[in-house]
Amino acid sequence: MIVVEHLSKDFGPKRAVNDVSFTVQKGEILGFLGPNGAGKSTTMRMLTGFIPPTAGRVTIGGFDVAENPIPAKRLIGYLPESAPCYSDMTVHGFLNFAAEIRGIHGAKREEAIRKAVGLCFLDGVLHQSVDTLSKGYRHRTCLAQAIIHDPEVLVLDEPTDGLDPNQKHEIRLLLKRFGQNKAIIFSTHILEEVDAVCSRAIIIDRGRVVANGTPADLRARHELAGSVTLRTHGVAAEAIKSRLSTLGVAGKVRLDSAESAVLVRVFPRDKTVNNELAKAVAQLAAREGWSFEDLRTEEGRLDEVFRSITLPDTVKQSD
Amino acid sequence: MNESLRNILTVGKRELSGYFNSPVAYVFIVIFLSLNGFFTFMLGGLFERGEANLNAFFMWHPWLYLFLVPAAGMRLWAEERRVGTLELLLTMPIAAWEAIVGKFLACWVFIALALGLTFPVILTVGYLGHPDYGAIVTGYLGSFLLAGTYLSVTVMTSALTRNQVISFILSVVVCFLLIFAGWEPVTGLLVRWAPEWAVNIIASLSVMPHFTTFSRGVIDLRAFAFFGSVITFCLFANSVILRGLRGA
Repeated sequence: MIVVEHLSKDFGPKRAVNDVSFTVQKGEILGFLGPNGAGKSTTMRMLTGFIPPTAGRVTIGGFDVAENPIPAKRLIGYLPESAPCYSDMTVHGFLNFAAEIRGIHGAKREEAIRKAVGLCFLDGVLHQSVDTLSKGYRHRTCLAQAIIHDPEVLVLDEPTDGLDPNQKHEIRLLLKRFGQNKAIIFSTHILEEVDAVCSRAIIIDRGRVVANGTPADLRARHELAGSVTLRTHGVAAEAIKSRLSTLGVAGKVRLDSAESAVLVRVFPRDKTVNNELAKAVAQLAAREGWSFEDLRTEEGRLDEVFRSITLPDTVKQSD
Repeated sequence: MNESLRNILTVGKRELSGYFNSPVAYVFIVIFLSLNGFFTFMLGGLFERGEANLNAFFMWHPWLYLFLVPAAGMRLWAEERRVGTLELLLTMPIAAWEAIVGKFLACWVFIALALGLTFPVILTVGYLGHPDYGAIVTGYLGSFLLAGTYLSVTVMTSALTRNQVISFILSVVVCFLLIFAGWEPVTGLLVRWAPEWAVNIIASLSVMPHFTTFSRGVIDLRAFAFFGSVITFCLFANSVILRGLRGA
């Protein structure tokens, strides 16, 4: 549904977005990650036709956004970064305007408003003026505007920003439900959201795509991903380490100290074979009668992957 | 219904309801009517003139509108830019020109409404004498077109900034130039160094001669053409400014 090809945007001498390409299919939820100022909002603004790209092309449902903006925009529901609303209107008036400009008329309009209001939990404030609303309500009012025409494509710039934890949870559930039959792209700073919602994630840094994959793919990039950690005490650690090194499936073994305990980390020889290592380590531990407090396989942490990708100046540890 | 027309109406309706959802509309109408009354009866001396016409009423309009029209229209784009709803509006499935025309018409209708509420002045001269109603109708038409011309300038300057005050001042200055372009002291000053054709062009930009033909009861096609082309030019310039905003 969304096809982005070699998209670039210059602001004066500064290149904000640099040769970004990706696609989002129907039924996919793409998480768009990146540090502040990485070019997330600029990319979304080009996707929705608000600003024209310097180079490259965006196609929404087959319509080129630059050449054929109106039919392309019809397919999109857009929540801009600051969730702007017309503050002199009531929530109902605002949604009525959004529905009308989307070409929803007659009885269908009230129906569409009712549905969007229900999905975004706005029932209590329907006839309140927008400028009397709290930030969370205003945010959801703008979100309601984006989904009022049941669009095939949703472009959401930080949809959970400014919401309390319960509301965040509700919005994530909503996104997951929508994700079944829409193409969704949303940006976020919150990495747990990627795990909770996305089927795929893109990390963008200084205008470039630096990673593109499923959340599991991204986590696997973590240096500890796939390693098995044994938490133990005392001097036995050295002995454990040397025994573990003899395991066939084990690669490098390392000792890390953690608070009062010692962590023995075993890295797999072959990263693609899952679970084999944990099983082997557990069997060996049982045979040798080691006393340990915890044994687990590290999945890799998204936040650290994110940091290591978007902070190229830091010295990356290598095995 | 034609789709463009529908979009223009939708935008216009929202804009017009925006006036009445806030105190702006009521404050504007009250001040507009009070000032009209003050100028017409106190300064213009409608009664003392002993004439059954509305010259004492219409003669103030270029000056009254100079401040009131920019005040009514200064927020049209500036507010959208400040709040960020510009992004919302321009990513809706409508063309930018439809939004521009919708906003312009909404404000113009609003000013026309305020102008319409001055009808007691017609009743007054009608009660006191036998006025030329034709001249009154053309006078109102001229006043309406003049307001639209100022308004097109205001809509344009409003897109230049996210600050309503700057938008207001810019608009007043440009409208002021439109009044004074043909004024003797200005043309006299220009004639000393500018070539005659340039002076003529500048002088011909003045709204005053076109406005006064209307209040004399004359419908001059050239005046229509003048107001129409200034409005068209300003609205077109508005679309260029918007495109520039999105490009930068």
